[in-house]
This record gives sequence, structure tokens and C-alpha cells, in this order.
Amino acid sequence: MKRTTNDLRTVALGAAALALAVATALHAQVAVRGDVVHTMSGAPITDGVVVITDGRISAVGPAATTPIPAGVRVLRAAVVTPGLIDAHGTVGVAGALNSDHDQDQLEHADPMQPELRAIDAYNTREMLVEWVRSFGVTTIHTGHAPGELISGQTMIVKTTGNTVDEAMLVPLAAVAVTLSPEAQRGEGKSPGTRGKMAAMLRGELIKARDYLARLDRPDADDDDAGDEPDDERHRGRPDRDLRLETLGRVLNGEVPLLVTADRAQDIASALRIAAEFDIRVWLDSAAESYLLVDEIKAAGVPVILHPSMARAVGVRENQSFETAATLRRAGIPVAIQAGYESYVPKTRIVLFEAAIAAANGLTFEEALATITIDAARILGIDDRVGALAVGRDGDVALYDGDPFEYTSHCIGVVIDGAVVSEMVR
Amino acid sequence: MHRFLILLCLGLAALGLDATAGADGPARAWTNARILPIDGEAIDGGTLIVRDGRIEAVGPDDAVVIPADAERIDATGRTIMPGLICTHSHIGGIGGADASAPMQPDVRIHDSINVRDSGFMRARAGGLTCLNIMPGSGHLLSGQTVSVKLRAAHTIDDLLIHDVDGRMMGGIKMANGTNPQDDPPFPGTRGKAAAIVRSEFIRALAYRDRIARADGDAAKMPQRDLRMEALVEVLDGTRVVHHHTHRHDDIMTVLRLSKEFGFRVVLHHISEGWMVAEEIAAAGAPCSVILVDSPGGKLEAMHLSYETGRILEDAGVLVAFHTDDWITDSRLFLRMAALAVRAGMSRDGALRALTINGARILELDDRTGSLVAGKDADFIILDGDPLSVYTKVLETFVEGERVFDRADPDDRLYATGGDGAGHDQDPYFCCYDEGNMR
Repeated sequence: MKRTTNDLRTVALGAAALALAVATALHAQVAVRGDVVHTMSGAPITDGVVVITDGRISAVGPAATTPIPAGVRVLRAAVVTPGLIDAHGTVGVAGALNSDHDQDQLEHADPMQPELRAIDAYNTREMLVEWVRSFGVTTIHTGHAPGELISGQTMIVKTTGNTVDEAMLVPLAAVAVTLSPEAQRGEGKSPGTRGKMAAMLRGELIKARDYLARLDRPDADDDDAGDEPDDERHRGRPDRDLRLETLGRVLNGEVPLLVTADRAQDIASALRIAAEFDIRVWLDSAAESYLLVDEIKAAGVPVILHPSMARAVGVRENQSFETAATLRRAGIPVAIQAGYESYVPKTRIVLFEAAIAAANGLTFEEALATITIDAARILGIDDRVGALAVGRDGDVALYDGDPFEYTSHCIGVVIDGAVVSEMVR
Repeated sequence: MHRFLILLCLGLAALGLDATAGADGPARAWTNARILPIDGEAIDGGTLIVRDGRIEAVGPDDAVVIPADAERIDATGRTIMPGLICTHSHIGGIGGADASAPMQPDVRIHDSINVRDSGFMRARAGGLTCLNIMPGSGHLLSGQTVSVKLRAAHTIDDLLIHDVDGRMMGGIKMANGTNPQDDPPFPGTRGKAAAIVRSEFIRALAYRDRIARADGDAAKMPQRDLRMEALVEVLDGTRVVHHHTHRHDDIMTVLRLSKEFGFRVVLHHISEGWMVAEEIAAAGAPCSVILVDSPGGKLEAMHLSYETGRILEDAGVLVAFHTDDWITDSRLFLRMAALAVRAGMSRDGALRALTINGARILELDDRTGSLVAGKDADFIILDGDPLSVYTKVLETFVEGERVFDRADPDDRLYATGGDGAGHDQDPYFCCYDEGNMR
């Protein structure tokens, strides 16, 4: 009956070890001290400190008044910013190899496939995830790429985690729509024109609206086989339809459409459809948005702008380095994205894209906002990321100089309080 | 080839003397500038004197005598450096070899250039003054390249550069690795690619032998063959091979074929060049390097490194950069050197890789690529350090003529982009087909 001493000792040691492990996890702390800390929730702090406890920011302030608890590891840098946010890319769904087995960003079987989930296609070990992270990018809005009328869903993840669940912030961030000739089909297939693209998108949204309406009805009371299928009286509660269910979440305002549109007429179509269905839209890429500033502002639509260095060809031939500044001056919320690349480079890096905006009309802090707090607000994740403030996730990027200068380096990256990169890049 | 170079040098020297002796045109003197001559130390408080399209003098303000007739321009706060030279560009709406054969040395890229393409204005806005315009990499040999100066142009003739024999300057474009692979008659493997190239050069050797045996007797001359003619120029060393190549083993294949046939070669892109830097140095092959923002996009570019410039520089290789425009934008060419410096390349080496080293690769270093008296007045004026993201190219001069002025709204449009900056022309797709790479 009586336990042996050895047994007891084993149990006691095990319990102590477990307690220690739990204590370590619960009270894990790291501090970052910077010559300048850009909190993006107030003025920059000279000689500032960020303390992260249990993955969240527990203190931010001047070093003189923000004590760093004894024994806590301190990372130092010339410039400290919130972890950067890529407001729209395809990293992790599109891989660096660019061969069939790592390209899951576009499925061409059907021009409209809103049911395609990004969470089912994301490779946490994709080398491009680590690549962008090494420049300070800690959060990415990624998923299905522009290139089909409705190419699928997007999601928001951290650039860490062994599984997509560990990386997850928002599993369904938006439904990706492309209003551009690049999503048109040749050889007599639809959509083949701009007019047809709008008609098909509207038709699908109307179907989804009908689906939502029918969901509210009681089940059909009998088998309606043989009846006229369009007979309103016999249409009861519909079978579950992933495609319409997803668009239903757009119609009820839960999820926005991410509409990639560069030409002014395509941007106008996006705004027209948003108004018709009273849905939320994030304008994506939007090269010629500077021509429709008043309309975009009146519609209350944010712009997730193409990379500053996007090639000035095709529908983006009239893109401008100064568009971010133009939109910002007009009071339109603007974030900058890495975008989708089908060749080399396979991804761009938002740090570099915001740098060009900083050199072309935005102030340093305004440019930094396009890849931190403003991106977070547009994406609806500013309660978690985008600023260095108490209670926010412990995501921090460290640089050895002005982060936008070509010759500066990212020297450290922290996500949820864990130091995930210390390489000099 | 040596005869050719000597003639070129003599010719330039003669022209230089003429310019000094003539001194007919008005002189302009930029003073109080920070001058980066590239050949020589940086000068704080420097003067640059330009007359008749050439550099008359460059040096510290107190060491340069400004001619009495000179127009003086106060360049306080400005940095003046040589115009940038891009050794690998695809601007101009060009079209080289077609799909009929993997080697088409008869195709000349200058027969396809649209001088009104907005790419030229963007290149001037980026501070470029001299380019090597090349056909793409979808062929083992996609045609003849052409060196151009970005002068104000009405027709292609206004852009061309001729040597003292009146020969248009340019090289020939070749490629290996996966880009030229396709269904027959294109190669399906690397072994086949090399075999096709070797067979064609062996034919060219035979063609050259027949011409030699004819010894001037028209009756014994072979039928004129444009393809063989261009390859004979390659064999004779009067036409340099500009070779697209990425993987380390593909680079070695290029060097092997270069040695076998004795052709002169410049290695382009070389994503994995850092792996065989010593071998490249030993072969004496100059390199034209591109850095893009992430590795990959295709298997053979997976190991692309920002450190390529540093590693090749350390190995003693002649390194220039290129835009590969539209792969990277000519307006951002300075950025490439800055990224190389970010990864450890020397600042001096990176600036040389934008200027004089490109001129050497294009065999134009006697007339451009550095700010030295007697050279063409190809230079740019910046509002800050060339390697800073915040720095703007304010003015670009080619042979003394201003071809870009940021203060002019029409020119500024091309620098920033905006409504009307594009001309709605199809980009040049070297190896891109609806997302399928080859």
C-alpha cells in the first residue's frame, strides 16, 4: 500500500519540473531597447524600452522610466519598430520554387471559387516565409492571388508557427476578386470582357443573397421532385453550399471583398458593386486610384496599394511612386503590400516598398504606418498587432539604422515574445 | 581584336585633341559639387567643366581654372557622378529571335527598337546614360545586342555607338540552363544545349576556313551566311558573348565552351556565381550581376544571394550590375548597388559596378563610365548620396546634352510615374508565358 520513497521522489521531481516549465512559459520575458522606438501609438521614444511578458507587451516607454526586470534578456538596436505587416501577398501559398508543386495561389478550374480556403494551402515551412520575416515582417495577409474573377479566400497569419493553426490570426480575412483583364479568359470562355466580369460577379452575389434568404425559411416539407425547380413556393431551406455560404459572409458584412483593380474603370466598377450590394470592399493594387480619390474617399473604402516598385507595365503602366502620399493626403486609409509575383522576384518585401513611398511624399512615420498600424487597422487586427503598446502582441523588428535605407540591416525579429530571427539582413 | 582596340584608342585620342584644340562651343562649369569621378577619389567642393559634349576638366574648385566664357552653375549640395551604365536591358519594346530555332545569330536587336518607348524616358530618369540592349533568354542564342547612348532620339540611329571603323557596337546574347529548354528544335536537356552550341560553332569555324582559303578570290568565297558571319565575329573576338547563366554548373559550362572556341564572354545574372567565384576569376570572365528582392521564382535562382557582389569582388572578378529591365526598373538602378553594399560589397566597388566596370564590359571605357577630362560628358546630378533611398536623380546628361530634368514636369512624370507615364505597350517577356516559366 505504502509508496516507496523512490516513487515519491520521482513524483515530486516531476511535479517540480512541470511547475518550473509552466512558470517559465507564463513568465517568459524579453526586452528590446532602442535608440529610437517607433511605437506607432504615439511619438517616437528616444532611448526606449519594450518589455514583453508571456508573449504580450507589458511595458513601453523611455528607458529612464521603464524598468527592465532583472535577469531578462535585452535585445538592443538603433531603431525599433512594431513587427511589420504585409497587407497583401501570397507568401506561403505561393512558394519560391515556382513549379507546380508549390504554387497553390491560383486554381483555374472555374472563374469563381470563393470556397477555396487559404488555410488549406499554407505552407508554414515555405522558405519565403522565413525570408520576409528576416527583414522584420511578422504578419502577412496571404492567400489566393489575383488572376481569377473570384480566386478564393485570404487569411492573416504570423510568420511563425509549425502549423497553420499556430500561425493563425484570421482564418478568413477576405474573398479575393480580380476586376482586370488579367482574369479574363480567351478562346470563347467567360469572362472575356470587363462587362462580363461585372455581370458574373453580380450574378453570383445575387445567388448568394437568395441563398441567405432561403436559409431563414423552414425546411421544405416534402420532396419537391417533379416540381418546377424555380417555383418559389417549393423552394425551402437549401442544401449547404460552400460557395454561396462564403459569399453570404460577404453579404452580411462579416468578410470584405478584396478587389484587385488597377485601371480607373475597374476601380469604379469595384465601388459600384460595393454600393449595389452594400458590402465591404478593400481596394487592392489600385494603380490608378489617384484618378478617383474623391470617389474612393466618399465610398469609405481603404486601399491596399500595389508595391511601390510594381512594374509599370500592362494595367499598372501608369502606376506612381507617389500614390501612397496622394491617398494619405486625401484622408484615405492606405497600406502597402508586397503583392503577387509570378516570376522573379517571387515575392517583394514590404519594408522595401514602404521605403520607396517614404522617399516619394510620405514622411518616415507615415510610410512606416502603411506597413504597421494603418495596415493593422484596415485588416481589422489592430487590437493585436501594428503598434507597440501594452497588451498588444509582442511583435518587434530591430534595425541597425533607418530601416528604409538600402544599406541598413534588420538585426532581430521577435514574434509573440519569442526571438525568431537574429540574422543580420 | 587588339588591332581594333588600338584603333579605337587612337581614334578617341585624336577626337580628344580635336575637342581641346577646337574649344568652339560654350563651356559650362558646375562648381561647389561633391564629385564622384569613380576613376579618382571623391572631391568635396569640386568643379566639372563640360564643352562640346566632352569633359574638359574635373577637380577641386581651387585647382580647376574656369574659362572666362564658361556658364557657371552653382551645384552646392549636389553630387555629380558618371552616368549609369546598364550592361543588360530589355527596354524599347524589342523582339529578338522567334520560335523557329534555338540559335539565331542573324537577328539584330537594333532592327526592333522603338525609341519612343517610355522605358527610355524612365531609364534617363534613373540616371542611365548607356545601355546594352539585348534580346531575351529563351534561346541558346537569341540575337545580336546593341550598345546605345540615351541621347535624345528621333530614330534608332540617334542612339547607336560606332567604333572608329564605323562598326556598330554590340555583342551577342546567349543563354543556358532552363530558360532555353523547350520542345525540339530547342534543347530538352543541358547536354543537348551544349551539343547544339558546339555544333553551330564548328560550322562557323568551317565557314571561316573557307573564307580564309578563298584568300580574297570572290569565286572561291562561300555563299554569304548572316548567321555564320555573326558567329565568325564571335570566334574572332570582335563580338563579345553576353551569356545568361544561373546555376554553378551552367556557369562552368559557359566557361568550358568559351575556352574551347576562344570566344570572349561576359557572365550575366549568375545567381550561383558566388559558388564558383575562384573559377570565374581564374577564367578572367567579367560578370554582370542582378540582385532581386527574393530568391527563387525558378529553381536555378533559388540560391541567389545579395552577397554575390561582395564575393566576386573579393575574388578579383570585374563586376558590373544590370537592371534586366523590366525585371528591375531602370529608375531604381542605384538601389542595386546599395543592396550589394548592404551585403558587404565595398562602396567604391559597388559604384564602379554601376559605371566604369559596365563601360569596360561594353568596351566603352575610353569614352564613358568615369569623370575624366577628354571623356564624353555623360553624368548625373543627384541631391544626395547615391546609395540612399531618399536621393533623387535631378538631371541626366549624355554627351553634354541634358536628357532628363526632374524640375521639368514632363520629365518628372517619368521619374515618379503617373497618368500618361505608360504607353500601353506590351512588356518584353523573355521567358514568361501565362505563369509558366521556361
